[in-house]
Amino acid sequence: MERNLHKQLGNMKKSLFDQGYLDEQFIQLEELQDEANPNFVEEVVTLYYRDSARLIQNIEQTLENNPLDFAKLDNYMHQFKGSSCSIGAKKLKNECTQFREHCKTGNGDGCKRTFQQLKKEYAALKKKLEHYFQVP
Amino acid sequence: MDASGVSSADGIMEEPHVLAVDDNLIDRKLVEKLLRNSSCKVTTAENGLRALEYLGLGDDRQSSVTDNASKVNMIITDYCMPGMTGYELLKKIKESSNMKDVPVVIVSSENVPTRINKCLEEGAKMFMLKPLKYSDVKKLRCQLMQCRG
Repeated sequence: MERNLHKQLGNMKKSLFDQGYLDEQFIQLEELQDEANPNFVEEVVTLYYRDSARLIQNIEQTLENNPLDFAKLDNYMHQFKGSSCSIGAKKLKNECTQFREHCKTGNGDGCKRTFQQLKKEYAALKKKLEHYFQVP
Repeated sequence: MDASGVSSADGIMEEPHVLAVDDNLIDRKLVEKLLRNSSCKVTTAENGLRALEYLGLGDDRQSSVTDNASKVNMIITDYCMPGMTGYELLKKIKESSNMKDVPVVIVSSENVPTRINKCLEEGAKMFMLKPLKYSDVKKLRCQLMQCRG
């Protein structure tokens, strides 16, 4: 029975990597986990979602301003990108980069479009990781 | 003489004390674990001001009565931080008479050559890209051993 669970976990992880949700950095996180901190990865991911929720909200609000404050947006996104990178969230990292490019060129519509996509990816990854951590 | 960060008879640092400065919560947690797993004592600070206060270099004269500074063997700081950047923090540390010889490592998520050169010229020991890995910390440990040796 245990072997099946192990396999399930392994398959889930493999698909997360194959589908480009996660990258090498996630493995680094897993390597940090030890007996002293057996739930380290889950803790970091939980912290990430809590901390970045605030950033997402800030970006959302700032995108409603007229005219858009691209410097502010870029600043928020820099922080969000940093955290996303640190947990190995590959797709999110790429969306962040694209968003920042739009900020540089002052492309408000581009920012808004990318942000919508980003939010989708963010929510999708959250679900997948919640599922992943539920496997005992 | 206190026990922290003291080298044993053969000059190898037992448990170096590292001050890690980063405004990003996730990165602070990661660097702390990385360093602790590598047998380092870690103190974290969320910005340059707090770091300076910890080192007794803050503006508040009272904070200079501290021997935290003497225990710190290395400072790792993020470059991009609000208020005081890692570069500015580096400068302040290099200006201080009792901290200027402590190795300062700058980390950044962005690979900007002018930024890197600027930091190295100001006396940073190393510049590393975030997120840090075990191999990076290994390099840092070696640096520390060279410093004391």
